[in-house]
Amino acid sequence: MNGKGQQALQTPPLRASSGIAKRMMQNWELYLFMLPAVVYFAVFHYAPMYGIQIAFKNFIPSKGIFGSEWVGFQHFERFFNSHYFWDLLWNTLSISFYELALGFPLPIILALAFNEIRNGYFKKSVQTITYAPHFISIVVMTGMIISFLSPSSGMLIRGLEALGIDAPQFLNDPAWFKTVYVISGVWQNTGWGTIIYLAALSAVDPQLHEAAIVDGASRFKRMLHINLPTIIPTITILLILNTGNILGVGYEKILLLQNSLNLKSSDVISTFVYRSGLVSAQYSFSTAVGLFNSVVNALMLITVNQIAKRTSATSLW
Amino acid sequence: MVKSMRESTSDKLFLAVNYIYLALALIVVLYPLIYIVSASISTPKFVNSGEMWLLPKGLTLDGYKLVFANPKIWNGYGNTLLYTVVGTLLNLAVTLPAAYALSRSDFVGRNFFMAMFLVTMFFNGGLIPLYLTVKNLGLINSMGALILPVAASVWNIIVARTFFHSTIPKELQEAAHMDGCTNLRLFFQIVLPLSAPIIAVMALFYGVSHWNSYFPALIYLNDEMKYPLQMVLRQILVLQEMSAETTGAAISGDIAQAMNNKAEIASLVKYAVIIVSTLPVVALYPFLQRYFVQGVMIGSVKG
Repeated sequence: MNGKGQQALQTPPLRASSGIAKRMMQNWELYLFMLPAVVYFAVFHYAPMYGIQIAFKNFIPSKGIFGSEWVGFQHFERFFNSHYFWDLLWNTLSISFYELALGFPLPIILALAFNEIRNGYFKKSVQTITYAPHFISIVVMTGMIISFLSPSSGMLIRGLEALGIDAPQFLNDPAWFKTVYVISGVWQNTGWGTIIYLAALSAVDPQLHEAAIVDGASRFKRMLHINLPTIIPTITILLILNTGNILGVGYEKILLLQNSLNLKSSDVISTFVYRSGLVSAQYSFSTAVGLFNSVVNALMLITVNQIAKRTSATSLW
Repeated sequence: MVKSMRESTSDKLFLAVNYIYLALALIVVLYPLIYIVSASISTPKFVNSGEMWLLPKGLTLDGYKLVFANPKIWNGYGNTLLYTVVGTLLNLAVTLPAAYALSRSDFVGRNFFMAMFLVTMFFNGGLIPLYLTVKNLGLINSMGALILPVAASVWNIIVARTFFHSTIPKELQEAAHMDGCTNLRLFFQIVLPLSAPIIAVMALFYGVSHWNSYFPALIYLNDEMKYPLQMVLRQILVLQEMSAETTGAAISGDIAQAMNNKAEIASLVKYAVIIVSTLPVVALYPFLQRYFVQGVMIGSVKG
């Protein structure tokens, strides 16, 4: 491989390209291997990207995507000037940051705690059990939330009553929606989220610990100054990815938890796109809203990645 | 060992706090799970009043009887099984060959293909253009709408590629080529038999996501007979459509009569149906946990 590359560098460009052609011919079956995936991405990812143009058009199904009439930024203006724009933006951002503030550090702390105890029956059981909720479907998870918080029979409501606390209407009170959404997500995903950090922690050099012990460093100090720095690159990458998704609050769970009473604080951009696009069939308008969402996400990702590049050695690209 | 010798008081305290923290995490996660199991086999009266709070009270299997007598749930179960099996096979057929090709350093154009896939991770057409694409392909209200738009995931392709790259020795490939073995035979007769772990990981990741998905069915299907289990669950658990038909009470009239109100039937069915629908994943999970964890770890190496 190395020899071939050098050869290609030394020979004139014409010969080099024929070498590439030869190598392509040699492995022609590999292109066959790629074919299903390429077709899939072309049809279900790139074709929809072509369809984004309806955000700037008045899409009429009978005229098709190409044949519909251009209207410029009309749909975007309508969205930015609408009375719900700021509510949607605020809900989306606040749920994202709430989720990030609570859901991001907890797996790190749990992973550090797992790492402190030796491999044994206790560690294994805690891991198995805390990973398990990850496999509960969104529908079942929502069903659990609804029954646990049911004012007439909910387990959590009964629990609060037993403690003498007057339970609020968690699911109907807009003030509580975000907390319910975020806490249930934390319950479901914290355990699973530790895996990636535990993988990174397994790379800690034991010699560092031995040296630190000789110097009299306590367990806590070693965790803080040896284990934590080792996983900082992993933390940075995940933080970049999470911030890049700041307007990407998933609609699947919110859609199920939403009701007319909590809509004021539960309506986010993605659920709005679903409602106005698929329920009310305003294809062009909701595509514009969706496009606004993706563009902000892409910009956020690029910005955060750039900041990470400047301030630390770790970045996505 | 050096460690145990120098275990100081502060270290012991730290460890104790650590154990308490983990025990708390365990209880917080475990309690709701136990509660659901107990509630599904307890008399609804005790569950709703809060008298049943950990162990089952007033043992009854009526919830399960109602669930098993419900044709909608059976139908949904059958549909989900079909979608999961066909969908996962399609996922493997798309993911594994592509991942293998991408893992080969002598494959001209792999960076181009990788870039083509990666872009879709960060930018996509969005919900409506995807919906219109599926509609234009005539897939609405068919199984195709549920499995084709999720035929591969970039993340899983990367995980599989990393696996092939790190476990299939280059010498093996060179030797095979020396003997005149084609890439096609190399992949099917040498690489795949060596790749059982990654095939398992991929099948599990894709399989669970098919089993648990409801949203594609919500937007693409309009015939209730085609609904997967999660859509039936949505009617029962979220929309709380507790008509006699949904809960199956119409069929088992004796149980319905025994319980004096609809709310009690509803709550009993709810807990039982959670167990029945989650059981396949939960029952397999402890045995397969190793593979799931492996999948995440392989991914994180190059993630």
